Amino acid sequence: MTKISKNSTVDSTNTNSALSTTEKVSLSLKKRHRKEKRFKRIGLFSVLFGFLLVVTLIGDITSKALPAFHQHWVKLEVNYQASWLNIDESTAQSLSAKQMKTANYRNVLKKSLYQMFPEVSGRKDKRQLAKLFSSNAEFTLKDNLIAAPLLFDKQTQIWVRLDDDVDSYLKEEFPLGEAGLRISQKQAQWVAQLIASERIESRFNFSFFTASDSREPELAGIKGALMGTILTMFVTLLLSFPLGVAGALYLEEFAPKNRFTDFIEININNLAAVPSIVFGLLGLAVIINLFGLPRSAPLVGGIVLTLMTLPTIIIASRAAIKAVPPSIREAALGLGASKMQVTFSHVLPQAMPGIITGAIIGVAQALGETAPLLMIGMVAFIVDVPTSIVDSATVLPVQIFLWADSPERAFLAKTSAAILVLLSLLMVINLSATMLRSKFEKK
Amino acid sequence: MNTFTNKMNMKKTIISLSLVTVALASSFANAQGSNRDTITAVGSSTVYPFSTVVAERFGKNTDFKTPKIESTGTGGGMKLFCASNAINTPDLSNASRRMKKSEFDMCVKNGVTSITEVLVGYDGIVVANSNTSKQMNITRKELFLALAKDVPAQDGSKTLVANPYKLWSDINPALPANKIEVLGPPPTSGTRDAFAELVLEGGCKKFSWIKAIKKQNKAKYKEICHSVREDHAYIEAGENDNLIVQKLSANPKAFGIFGFSFLDQNSDKLQGSIIDGKAPTFDAIADGSYPVSRPLYFYVKNAHVNKVPGILEFLKEFTSEAAMGEEGYLTDKGLIPLGTEKLAKVRQDVLSLSPLVLN
Repeated sequence: MTKISKNSTVDSTNTNSALSTTEKVSLSLKKRHRKEKRFKRIGLFSVLFGFLLVVTLIGDITSKALPAFHQHWVKLEVNYQASWLNIDESTAQSLSAKQMKTANYRNVLKKSLYQMFPEVSGRKDKRQLAKLFSSNAEFTLKDNLIAAPLLFDKQTQIWVRLDDDVDSYLKEEFPLGEAGLRISQKQAQWVAQLIASERIESRFNFSFFTASDSREPELAGIKGALMGTILTMFVTLLLSFPLGVAGALYLEEFAPKNRFTDFIEININNLAAVPSIVFGLLGLAVIINLFGLPRSAPLVGGIVLTLMTLPTIIIASRAAIKAVPPSIREAALGLGASKMQVTFSHVLPQAMPGIITGAIIGVAQALGETAPLLMIGMVAFIVDVPTSIVDSATVLPVQIFLWADSPERAFLAKTSAAILVLLSLLMVINLSATMLRSKFEKK
Repeated sequence: MNTFTNKMNMKKTIISLSLVTVALASSFANAQGSNRDTITAVGSSTVYPFSTVVAERFGKNTDFKTPKIESTGTGGGMKLFCASNAINTPDLSNASRRMKKSEFDMCVKNGVTSITEVLVGYDGIVVANSNTSKQMNITRKELFLALAKDVPAQDGSKTLVANPYKLWSDINPALPANKIEVLGPPPTSGTRDAFAELVLEGGCKKFSWIKAIKKQNKAKYKEICHSVREDHAYIEAGENDNLIVQKLSANPKAFGIFGFSFLDQNSDKLQGSIIDGKAPTFDAIADGSYPVSRPLYFYVKNAHVNKVPGILEFLKEFTSEAAMGEEGYLTDKGLIPLGTEKLAKVRQDVLSLSPLVLN
């Protein structure tokens, strides 16, 4: 063979036929390596780009969410004077529960504040002073007295939350004593006074996790929405997983292949593409109006989301079942197992990892839905934490939506914090799916 | 074989469990349906921030459960509210405008004949921009010229032409020489309805020959006065007012349209434009001198008053001086109060549950 010069490639057919396979390969090798390198680089770039986006997203949300995780409290000198409470002093020995419940704590709070700031006078100033503290402060006083009735008619120190405007003011670090956003000069000086006497403290905001929705940002928490999400997802999973797997098994293993099953198959695929709000309309028309299930209940939400998740689970499960090698089925059948036995003891366990992946994708989708829930009344202000699947409830994405729409500035941080919680819930679900999958794969 | 039976059992348990859940739930639901102990409200997202505050305090102050407030929009709420007198329909419906005659008729047709109307207070609509640029002083007529789809021709003839104005200064040289760029709510929003009615129609009426059309052809008049231009000078920014606020601080040349409470909460970043010589302040809206404000209502289904516990007490709390009064906690949330006399009248009407009559 002669040396191949550039010129020789001009007549390619001739030259190629004259070359041995090895030479042809070595000729194109460089080009193919370059191609591979280029593709690798593009791949790496896409992965890094995706990763960068995720990091930016989570970084941005986290930085916005941080203020929501701590909260400023203030120590007040509270005097539970009988006359301020509107309770007769002579009954002090036998204070009844009802008396303590209906006493005038608002008055106690106000009078105690005027005692702490004796220089404040005038209706307008007094109002401004009272606005520094959370509207919940009077209820904190109430709970305190009920927990410790001995404090009746005595002076004590009680920690209460500051109002969200003051809280934001302290978090945004305005120069002390200067007016800030929604804080007047006078109010700022009172706050500075409180800080100077070491009465203000920043604490971890536990109530974000233990309280439920509130219109006061300093009180609002996600417990109600989180419970609602858990209950709704429980119903969704409980209904959609068995139904989806059973449907997929039937269609793949038992159903005769005819026009009817084709028709069903097409419709399942169609169902997967239906916009989710349509399911909400269906839920309103059929589940609530026809069957008379209660509005806003996780049960109804779960059923509606099941309709949405079902096609995803069926499609994924069918793919997983199809991927089980026929040899396994044939071997089992050959040993005399019935079709049912083959399906449940051989096909299903083999297909389980794929089925679980499908179920998780379906549930993760359902976890972020708000549109169908609007129609069935789960976009609502609900304070009581739901305890059963027929209680009124809302879910995390709805809570995020409602907070994002609130005018109070402090809800911005709450919104981001709730998004973080939703994301971590998603991660927990994904992690448990991965663990389940590897457990099934080992078998 | 063993694993097979196990699997079968597992499957059976799961299926029967889910069946039991559904059965249990529906029995619960029936039990609950006939005997509800939580007040439920539906309706406007503009009234939502106010009724939720009252609901929360009501839940804390009394032994009743905290009422459930849904945010469905005024029209959607009316549909649910007027569906029937059955116990599973809502007790209250919030509205950012008065109930329409057609809605009242729908209610009556479905047997909901006795409804009490509660006027809550007022909400101002503002045109605002970033406070890094100049405050605009504009009239409603100029706003109409800036934002309507068709405007009277500049030569003074009584014809309509497609809106030719590109810069604010094209309308009035005293206005800034910036591109007209206004972010506002989409047509589905109650705020948009109110803006069209109060600002655009208010400005449109200033042309006497357009006003004359009203008598001959009401539909045409409405079309002229309520249509918003579609050539990207008015940008529909979605229902979320916080989004508009963010976009305004990013773009100092743009203006936004939203409720007063958002301006109130973001006064460090935004300023409200002066309309017809009045700046949108709390006092100017309360005394009615600021021209763009609308009443907020909610409606009570009288048939439910003795069936669902706490409705009367809730109404009492809502109309109390501490809530709706001049210095009540609702004003802290941005509601413009009614004024002492009017509040007393509203309170009296509401607590006696005097039924609404619409003609």
